[in-house]
Amino acid sequence: MKKSWVIFKEILRGGWITTRHFTVNMVFHTLRLFGIKTRRKGAVTIQYPDEIKPLAPRHKSLHRILRRENGLPQCVACMMCATVCPSECLFIEAGETDDPEVQKYPSRFVVDLNRCCFCGFCVEACPVDAIRMDTGEIRLAADARAGLELPLVKR
Amino acid sequence: MTDVLIVLAKVVLALIWTLLLALFLTWVERKESAVMQDRIGANRASVFGLRLFGLFQPFADAIKMLFKEDFAPAFSQRALHWLAPMFSFFFVSVTLVAVPFGDAIRLFGRRIPLQVVDLNAALLFVLAMLSLGIYGILVSGWASNSRYALLGSLRGAAQLISYEVALGLSLVGLIMVFPSLRLSEIVRFQGGLLFGFLPKWGIFLQPLGFVAFFLAGMAETKRVPFDMPEGESEIIGFYTEYGGLKFGLFMFTDFLEVILLAALATTLFFGGWQVPWLGAGGFSFPWGGSVKVAPWAVAALQVLAFNLKVFFFCWLQILIRWTYPRFRYDQVMDFGWKFLVPLGTANILVTGLILVLK
Repeated sequence: MKKSWVIFKEILRGGWITTRHFTVNMVFHTLRLFGIKTRRKGAVTIQYPDEIKPLAPRHKSLHRILRRENGLPQCVACMMCATVCPSECLFIEAGETDDPEVQKYPSRFVVDLNRCCFCGFCVEACPVDAIRMDTGEIRLAADARAGLELPLVKR
Repeated sequence: MTDVLIVLAKVVLALIWTLLLALFLTWVERKESAVMQDRIGANRASVFGLRLFGLFQPFADAIKMLFKEDFAPAFSQRALHWLAPMFSFFFVSVTLVAVPFGDAIRLFGRRIPLQVVDLNAALLFVLAMLSLGIYGILVSGWASNSRYALLGSLRGAAQLISYEVALGLSLVGLIMVFPSLRLSEIVRFQGGLLFGFLPKWGIFLQPLGFVAFFLAGMAETKRVPFDMPEGESEIIGFYTEYGGLKFGLFMFTDFLEVILLAALATTLFFGGWQVPWLGAGGFSFPWGGSVKVAPWAVAALQVLAFNLKVFFFCWLQILIRWTYPRFRYDQVMDFGWKFLVPLGTANILVTGLILVLK
């Protein structure tokens, strides 16, 4: 008997909670519909393609290779990132430069986004701070797999 | 001839009202659940860039349903498989024939009751048609020739028949209090006053009866707290083998049942088209004041009142559907047989005692 009373009470409480949410949200929806600015919104939804939430500064998105002042990639093709990569998604082909200080540069630097798990290990491993994942590009989609194998360094 | 035309017009109007309401209930359901859960809900369907809070969504859904493949499995029994959704749909929609939308109006010297047919045993007709609705479920499960669908339909039949008992018992008290089984008479009777100020609505005469009726009715609509036959997320239901518009008919039937329950609760317990203290000549308040209202305005107010009450009960049912999780099967049976049936019986006893002692 006592248990059924508890159930009954909880049923009423659940109904009260949803009714309260409905009423409060409806009030804010209505106020905003009539152009009255309220601090709170009726829903927490962010209507994605129309409004885009700003990314956090520590986010990880599509990789980029930083450049030197003369335009060459900062990367020295040391293969640290390709070694540490758990998904094995970085493909680097080293080329020789005329600059004796630098010696090597990536003539080809492809990231295979089909495999990339966005762990950011490559960024941490890089000794010359050449690769970063801060482009803010998160809408990564393609019709075919080949479309997601992105060359980061143009030849 | 004119009589036939009038009845035809009433049938068409009632059907349009019902179907439009059911169509937009799908929208209301999505939106209301969204607002309850701090979301926005379907709002992308647009016609020429006009979104209107997603009001075109039901039409988009309907068009999608229409263009889907009308699939019947090779192992099904074709004719019955085709008939089952029609049964479901027909028996629910035909019930709305008996519901009075408003008082009789005078048009071109004719007295036209705003009710498709004024049956003299309308209450029994409604209960009978609700029972026949079970055939849609049973036949669909049987004709699908699939074990899961058959089990689902048997669960559904067991649940609906159990709650049929509770539904009938909850209305017996009402029949004892009201002078007639005619729904129009019942509504007219509820225009009186109780203790001189309270409208003589069924809810004030039969509060326990209303609780039992509404809960049993919710179980009859077989929507979420009681969706044993279907159980879309875990167990497999009776329309597993249906697709396209046939599935759409089953889904539509659920919404029609919501409307039907709302209309019945309004008619039997909340005064139907009665507006509190509004008579044929206008308002006459219990505290002495009175306001004159033109006859056409009275009719309009009454139809409006009926619609508002129906909307409220649709809203309430959707709120309940999106608040509570599903019962376990034994809990459903316990709730029906061990709570609602005794409650209905106790209600009959109390009503009888009061009627005798009065």
